[in-house]
Amino acid sequence: MFAIEANGQTIEAKKGETILQSLKRAGINVPTICHMEGLLPSGTCRMCVVEVEGFGSLVPSCSHPVTEGMKIRTNTPDIMTTRKTIIDLLLSNHPDDCLYCARNGNCDLAKLAADNGVRDRSYQGERIRRPKDISSPSIIRDPDKCILCGKCVRMCDEIQGVSAIDFIARGSKAFIGTAFNQGLNVSSCINCGQCILVCPTAALSEHKYVNEVLQALADPDKMVVVQHAPAVSITIAEEFGFAPGTDFDGKMTAALRRAGFDRVFDTSFAADLTIMEEGSELVHRVQNGGVLPMFTSCSPGWVKFVEEFYPEFLPNVSTCKSPQQMMGAIIKSFFAQKEKIDPKNIVSVSLMPCTAKKFECERPELGQDFVADVDYVLTTRELAELFRITGVNPAVIEPEAPDTPFGERSSAGKLFGASGGVMEAALRSAVFLLTGEEMKDYKIQALRGMEGSKELRVKVGDLEVGAAVVSSLGQARKLIEEIKAGRKDIHFIEVMTCPGGCINGGGQPIGADKEAIKARMAALYQIDSDDQLRVSHKNEWVQRLYTEFLGKPLGHKSHELLHTHYDKREVLL
Amino acid sequence: MPTVKSVETILLDHPGAGRDHLIPILQEVQESEGYLSQESITKVGRALDMPSSKIFGVATFFNMFRFQAKGKNHVMVCRGTACHVKGSGRALDMVTKALKIQPGETTRDKVFSLEVVACMGACGLAPVVNINGQFYAKVSPMKLQRIIEECREKEQTHANA
Ligand code: SF4
Ligand code: SF4
Ligand code: SF4
Ligand code: FES
Ligand code: FES
Repeated sequence: MFAIEANGQTIEAKKGETILQSLKRAGINVPTICHMEGLLPSGTCRMCVVEVEGFGSLVPSCSHPVTEGMKIRTNTPDIMTTRKTIIDLLLSNHPDDCLYCARNGNCDLAKLAADNGVRDRSYQGERIRRPKDISSPSIIRDPDKCILCGKCVRMCDEIQGVSAIDFIARGSKAFIGTAFNQGLNVSSCINCGQCILVCPTAALSEHKYVNEVLQALADPDKMVVVQHAPAVSITIAEEFGFAPGTDFDGKMTAALRRAGFDRVFDTSFAADLTIMEEGSELVHRVQNGGVLPMFTSCSPGWVKFVEEFYPEFLPNVSTCKSPQQMMGAIIKSFFAQKEKIDPKNIVSVSLMPCTAKKFECERPELGQDFVADVDYVLTTRELAELFRITGVNPAVIEPEAPDTPFGERSSAGKLFGASGGVMEAALRSAVFLLTGEEMKDYKIQALRGMEGSKELRVKVGDLEVGAAVVSSLGQARKLIEEIKAGRKDIHFIEVMTCPGGCINGGGQPIGADKEAIKARMAALYQIDSDDQLRVSHKNEWVQRLYTEFLGKPLGHKSHELLHTHYDKREVLL
Repeated sequence: MPTVKSVETILLDHPGAGRDHLIPILQEVQESEGYLSQESITKVGRALDMPSSKIFGVATFFNMFRFQAKGKNHVMVCRGTACHVKGSGRALDMVTKALKIQPGETTRDKVFSLEVVACMGACGLAPVVNINGQFYAKVSPMKLQRIIEECREKEQTHANA
């Protein structure tokens, strides 16, 4: 720690940090555009410039290191004019479209303009119109709204290791596009939506299905059934002004009924079911010399990633469908039979923290006799939109319990929402299934937290299990390369596509920083420590589902409904 | 005619090549195959450990690369200084409208492709257009229109014969 001076006031700075970091800690705001937390600065937008005594020109604070005794100014007339000019130029060829815009209300660009007092159009730049890319079931790209900050490119490349998009052409013709400027749907894009989360404008947004769902709700001949993923109840509150980490579980259930859904189920139930199936699959592989290590298959971005980049590892991916698809499959089979309703008259909606789930539910491998397991996927953001449109305010509603039979869940199932949660749930049950005894303490600290890669060696009965947990596909790639290079000490690997897991999914509320993600994670673990039922194998309704319908894990019916297989996918890599 | 070398051979000529060899490799591929196909970009990408989106991005940064095979009539419009002064801009506009393609593209029927080049060393004849190696001097939009129609007619009679 040493002292520097900022706007005449003495503040503390740490060696090795950037000017921006020191200023931020002292509560001095400097606007940024291209800056991304946790990545090396790219220094391209120059929005963050400050004045440093002794320097001839303004300095970009996001990339410049602090040094002892530095004297900084952040709000001289010169700086304010520079910022305004940068914004003016960005706006010069930007459509005046805010009223109809997907980011109306939470647009970084609009905020930047407002915060810096830009209230007139100063330049009228030439505008090259490019068509929207609506080819992907998950992501919509609107190049007209793009300000070429490059954050999506870096996210896709440096964090996800996918590199589906890049800067194409140059100068005034430059735009962000895929290889050969093809539709995103035929590119290597794995639909994670992480690019949406970092985009300052509406150039990237999710493919919306709110209208389709509203139509289904209005149709008296349809039974509309909804399931919600573990990470949605703990983030939807943010869309209504509550602090990150506020759980709206019961309120959301009640609100969904008010909005017109006929049944409200909890995807965490299907997560418990997944543990039974996937746990049995792992034991089966270990005992019968099957392909190891086994990877989880709940995260559809990851599944597509393997199909494209590592098809040779497809046999390592669990054959289990994801919890969303398992739930969809039993809704349209077991539940439909029980209710004596034609599955074709059920509209199955799922609320997900994830844009890739939209792609997943359209996969031809998933579904029965041309009836899709899940019809529409809405992200947390779209759910908020649906609540607003239908005039339902979840904040003030009395909590209600979900419906039977798929409303009961263990808190282990709920943990699927955070990186490490699937592994923790699996180990809790594996210990019981192999030893007949419950773990003394269910909490497995080594698997918790925001690190991109976590590992653990545990004794499960006589078995010594090597467990690894990775989140973000960049981390997954690293681990696969280690395995290719000969690592043999890992047996079971949990992969989540989004950094930190579904709590930070591409469909979650926009604008969450690291602290917000941590608060979301803490909320899940709080739910777990408060819960009575903390292991999947004790979920009574899961047990009943097996006795009344499925038979046993990995049984014939399970194979038919709950498992699938994936193939190599040809795309431009 | 340049010698036709496969992408594989070209890559073999650059053993241990890194990303800094990208441009020369792409140039050789284009020289040999006439354009950069998806297949060749994927192959180059695999060899240099680069995603194809990145290669496409780099390649589109320069004007010299094309991504569609040339048409039967390859139209090169000079945009060098002398030609520009003499109105090559209008000539180019006319061609893009008549053929409904942009520089670097090829018509659907593969009869025409268009390329914009810098000075062709025939400034005395500005504005200059070159079709399949033949120079056309002092082209006006009108004259160019006629030339293109002639090419088209020739194509028709070929097709009918
Ligand atoms: S992206 Fe932002 S600035 Fe652009 S039209 Fe939408 S709301 Fe307005
Ligand atoms: S959705 Fe994910 S994979 Fe697709 S472009 Fe965005 S960051 Fe890349
Ligand atoms: S799409 Fe969004 S994140 Fe990507 S460059 Fe454009 S404005 Fe930036
Ligand atoms: S935020 Fe510092 S240069 Fe863009
Ligand atoms: S400028 Fe066109 S030939 Fe020289």
